[in-house]
Amino acid sequence: MQVTINNRPAEAREGETILELARREGHAIPTLCHMKGLLPSGACRICVVEVEGQKGLLPACSHPVQDGMVIQTHSARAVETRKTLVELLLANHPDDCLYCVRSGTCELQDLARAYGVRRRRWPAGLRHHSLDVSSPALVRDPDKCILCGKCVRACEEVMGVAAIDFTHGGSWTVIAPAYGGDLNRSPCIGCGQCIVVCPTGALRERSQLDRVCAALADPELTVVIQHAPAVSVSIAEELDLPGGQDFNPQLVAALRLLGFEYVFDTGFSADLTIMEEAAELVRRIKLGGPLPMFTSCSPGWVRWVEQARPELLPNLSTCKSPQQMMGAVIKSWFAQRKNLDPAKIFSVSVMPCTAKKAEAGRPEHAREGRADVDAVLTVRELARLIRQRGIHIQELKPEHADLPLGMRSTAGRLFGGTGGVMEAALRTAWILLTGEDSPPLRVAALHGQDGVKFATIEAGGVKLQVAVANGLRHAQTLLGEIAAGKHPELQFVEVMTCPGGCVGGGGQPIHKDGEHALERRQERINALHRIDDEGMLRRSHRNWAVNELYREFLGEPLSEKSHELLHVHRTPVLDEEDALV
Amino acid sequence: MSIEQVLARHPGRSRDHLIPLLQELQQELGFLSRPAIRQVAEHLGLPASKVWGVATFYNQFRFQPRGRFPVVVCRGTACHVKGSAAVLAALQHELKIEPGATTRDGLFSLEVVACIGACGLAPVIAVGDDYHAGVTPQQVGRILADCRRRAAEDAPTKAAVEEALA
Repeated sequence: MQVTINNRPAEAREGETILELARREGHAIPTLCHMKGLLPSGACRICVVEVEGQKGLLPACSHPVQDGMVIQTHSARAVETRKTLVELLLANHPDDCLYCVRSGTCELQDLARAYGVRRRRWPAGLRHHSLDVSSPALVRDPDKCILCGKCVRACEEVMGVAAIDFTHGGSWTVIAPAYGGDLNRSPCIGCGQCIVVCPTGALRERSQLDRVCAALADPELTVVIQHAPAVSVSIAEELDLPGGQDFNPQLVAALRLLGFEYVFDTGFSADLTIMEEAAELVRRIKLGGPLPMFTSCSPGWVRWVEQARPELLPNLSTCKSPQQMMGAVIKSWFAQRKNLDPAKIFSVSVMPCTAKKAEAGRPEHAREGRADVDAVLTVRELARLIRQRGIHIQELKPEHADLPLGMRSTAGRLFGGTGGVMEAALRTAWILLTGEDSPPLRVAALHGQDGVKFATIEAGGVKLQVAVANGLRHAQTLLGEIAAGKHPELQFVEVMTCPGGCVGGGGQPIHKDGEHALERRQERINALHRIDDEGMLRRSHRNWAVNELYREFLGEPLSEKSHELLHVHRTPVLDEEDALV
Repeated sequence: MSIEQVLARHPGRSRDHLIPLLQELQQELGFLSRPAIRQVAEHLGLPASKVWGVATFYNQFRFQPRGRFPVVVCRGTACHVKGSAAVLAALQHELKIEPGATTRDGLFSLEVVACIGACGLAPVIAVGDDYHAGVTPQQVGRILADCRRRAAEDAPTKAAVEEALA
């Protein structure tokens, strides 16, 4: 199909939309409600373009290209209409950009600037919804909502949770959980995927930056920090540096500059998780179940199982997540080694995740009334702190994390991307099953961002059948297949709640063009894979620091001490009255 | 008829049944309770948020039982011109509830309709079966007080309660 777009000839593909054609040809059309890969909703109309012979403007996101079309993406009428639409969206918007966490990353602000909105055209008809701070993971601020519906679609179509939807109608429309309640009484799992797609500040993380700054300023406290594997490969993007590179050594240096006394690597406790989880898997295989065993590193997934599929709880690994294992080890072994009072340690983590905030606050992750992890920052919050201090991370001299809890294998780093926990676990399960330490290091079938990935590994006469679910919705698909008896031999399943794994987490940098989310996630995964490919220490069980922890303190995997510190009993969330599903 | 019995009338689980089901449940229960919403969602395999979203979109559905005195305010064009907005505001102020809600003592519920069809009497409100014509915000207090007095008169006497308890 031949078409003309902005006075240039172009070859259009059968079935593509005007937006797809325009973007492919390098003509930018703004969107607010569009989500690549999902059916267009056509709600916001900001993408309207002029097509010759058509009376009205056409929405580029949902209108298919037709042969011979003559398209103007920025005709005077299209530009004027878009400007009016922005002005209408602003008519009930709080306009508190100066105080908004999304100032600078707000798509509405960008449009207002690009389309020259210089005054309020209509008198403010402000809404007054209360701020929903009921969730430990995120904050919902309906006054800033422009009703694009992307959060609703992320929650339902991407994650399979459907905690929120459009409620009421007309000018009273508000996106909210069922029964007009707050997020804490909804099926929300705190994953934060809604935050990442929100064009404005209507959804944001529940910030704990103030608490961290207060702790840093308190001379009584020893403030320590751990950072997750997916953080150092993405923080650069939030600091306006090119993505796809690992800034781990510079990040360590930056964290010391910010005043953290000890800098640890969650990769250490990822290795520790592997030691426990691989041992648990092998024990289940030998003792006959329950199988398949599901990973438990991803707090959104854990929460979902507790409330939606409690019958699966026995299949969930009893291992705490790496964040919580690190937290427990810091306030026990590390405190003991350094002769520190655990009550005087303030333990911070930097996570690509908002659900980790909720996880850290759970009662089973506290001992003697003290949380193992005191505050959780997202990548975005840490970047704010780095920016506040005027630190240029790329100019810092590389530094090493503090030992022993800063020691990690590259298997521990793989935790940041889909398939990574499984690859790391297989390397260690191999030696446990075969007695030989020559595992296949890379399992190609587990790579990539497909929804569900399967692999079969033969080791020492044992056949190990594993699967990886990339995102909660795909995990739901897999669970359906398991229930239908499709995978009777399956023994071990990795589930990461977010698409692409932690590299696609709800605490990751927000990019205004969601178009390239998949590619960005892949860049971050590739960076993690490069670290592993170039690594000298690629097996969790060879991490000498982890081995020292066992020798000095824990004994062996699944020991009594390990159970006390590193494992949890899981209980269903039952709420008949509110029906969390 | 129980929620289960209403659901049993719709064995087909397609979402086409959603609005008819909500209507029939409201018919039976007088309002859509939380268990009703939840069970409709389970029955049709829909998220509760979706059922809630659809139900709140339509003005015909209510989520609290009606009060003993349902107050209906006409917000049609004629009534609007004659000042129904101020009447509604006075009612909200007096009852301390939003349209669609019921007071905690269960006496009053407040509803807004597009047009009662008595434009000549504008602004008009209905309290139960009684229609009040040409209502001013100042009259609202007296109309509600009448209802409260009637409720008090109907209330069982102390002696009757004691007798019932004994």
